[in-house]
Amino acid sequence: MKRLVLAGVMSTLCLAFGEVINGAGASFPYPLYSRWAHAYYKETGIRINYQSIGSGGGVRQIRNRTVDFGASDAPLKPSEAKKYNLAQFPTVIGGVVLSYNLPVKDLKLSTSAVCGIFLGKIKRWNHPEIKKANPDKDLPDTRITVIRRSDGSGTTWIFTNYLSKACPEWKEKVGYGKAVNWPTGIGAKGNEGVANYIRRVKGAIGYVEFAYAIENDLKVASVENREGNFVKPSVETFKAAASGAKWDPSKDFYEILTWQPGKNAYPIAGATFILLAKDYPKERNRKVIRFFDWAFRKGDKMALDLHYVPLPEEVKEKIRAYWRANGWY
Amino acid sequence: MERKRIVERLSVVFLGSFALFVGMVFPLLTLGVLLIEAIPAFEKFGLIGFLFGRTWDPVREVFGALPALFGTLLVTFLASAIALPVSVGIAVFIAEICPRRLKPLFSTAVELLGAIPSIIYGMWGLFVIAPLMAEYVEPFLQNTFGRIPLFGRLFEGVPTGVDALTSSFVLSIMIIPFMSAVVKDAFEMTPPLLKEAGYSLGATKWEVIRHVVIPYALPGIMGGLILSLGRALGETMAVAFLTGNVHRIPTSLLEPLTTITVAIANEFTEAVSDVYLSSLYYLALILFVLSFGLLLVAKFLILERLGRRWRAATL
Repeated sequence: MKRLVLAGVMSTLCLAFGEVINGAGASFPYPLYSRWAHAYYKETGIRINYQSIGSGGGVRQIRNRTVDFGASDAPLKPSEAKKYNLAQFPTVIGGVVLSYNLPVKDLKLSTSAVCGIFLGKIKRWNHPEIKKANPDKDLPDTRITVIRRSDGSGTTWIFTNYLSKACPEWKEKVGYGKAVNWPTGIGAKGNEGVANYIRRVKGAIGYVEFAYAIENDLKVASVENREGNFVKPSVETFKAAASGAKWDPSKDFYEILTWQPGKNAYPIAGATFILLAKDYPKERNRKVIRFFDWAFRKGDKMALDLHYVPLPEEVKEKIRAYWRANGWY
Repeated sequence: MERKRIVERLSVVFLGSFALFVGMVFPLLTLGVLLIEAIPAFEKFGLIGFLFGRTWDPVREVFGALPALFGTLLVTFLASAIALPVSVGIAVFIAEICPRRLKPLFSTAVELLGAIPSIIYGMWGLFVIAPLMAEYVEPFLQNTFGRIPLFGRLFEGVPTGVDALTSSFVLSIMIIPFMSAVVKDAFEMTPPLLKEAGYSLGATKWEVIRHVVIPYALPGIMGGLILSLGRALGETMAVAFLTGNVHRIPTSLLEPLTTITVAIANEFTEAVSDVYLSSLYYLALILFVLSFGLLLVAKFLILERLGRRWRAATL
């Protein structure tokens, strides 16, 4: 509540100083949105004020109509979007990777190994299930310490969604969400927190957003995908995961990119979404749209620099058509 | 004449309403908000069900406060248990043993420790203390105390440095300046007459401290302890980096846990469902009642009673 009041006060304050667009939500695309916002400001003089308060907060704020746009890593179901009278479209695609702290390079993790580790059943690194996929590697007899997020997060949503699809037992016992009842492990706050713990604790494994793993020089594991191939996380394999997506505008682009078919598809990918209030004055939404249209045209390189995958051109066209249908473009 | 009276009146009204607002209305408003927001969770889980519920499952929307409540109390009491002897030691040194010229140096140093923002202790704990604990202290504890039957169970588990022990240790450093300042003041209030009487009976410095100064300052020590407990309850936030954030009751000191403040700070922004959010408010309500209750106990039972004894002893 306090946050809402604060946001309200801030937005009124900002309105007094030139044109400002206020957004709030997911922290996963925050580095990119702030980079885009900076470049957009330099070009147009319009300020984008994006508060990375988390996907849950983003949805709540746009529901309460306190911001111009909300952002969420987990897409709203079409029924939910309808209920709150919201429009939704994706902006970029990213991936969640498994990082570990072991003196072993290029670790391969089979689906049953990942399930066993996160269910707390596989307790040591030299477990046969892990050895099977890494026959040529010298796996130590170190205890596995699972590191996961302590705060609710879109990254957790994507990762647990993958686990629910890949492991029947996980689906039955835990399920998926922005926060879940973890069977094992230590909680750390934020992607930075998880990255930091992994670096410190020997034998640790955890999931972080791709960019954080690269920035922190963490080792990342190849993961078995739906077709049984081991795929390395990279911009290409994320793209492959997104290639099968239908991106149906009539469903408000509701699309989950985990566990997608495709030989080269990375199984733990996800898109991040923007939410707009349909009952705002048209001009207010147009301002937001102009920013994202600009980002779609000029922001791809910035996205790649930060290890996000830009949307394919035809998806962008679909989104523009969706905007047009709402009278914003 | 007229003007003076108006100023007088106004100041009474203004200052009175400030006191009223800050002292009465704000706490009541806070309590009101917590109560209202906690209603959905209260309806779903009840009082006993929530207080003693051990699951915290946001997916199935089952929430129980016991792990967080237990974690809060455990960390608070352990921290106070570590801080008490150290604080009394510091206070004895500054008040009685330290050469007069060095006194300001030491007491300022301890007070400065209290001026460091608590989150900095949290970061320092994570980057400096936790690795030390994980690599040296905790394996050592496991190899020594861990071998003792029954008692050794307290030291089972993987030494990660992110656990109950490290949290309590860092929290104790946070409350030491606070506690030692109160205790030192209590020591300094010992009438010189009493101490001199002790010396004239042939007591050594140590005997005077043990048999005159400490018994005399006992109410002050108790007061310091309780005030620090209250502070530690709220400060559990600063150890957010160190608790490990797990909603489970630890069976060993080397296991991660969570506290009420840490759970709220971690989960509030992303609490999507209404029951989830409401359960966090419910947790906050429990903490409110807990620290309020502790303060009441401190104020009316212990401080008043001991104060009376203190006064009687002086006479």
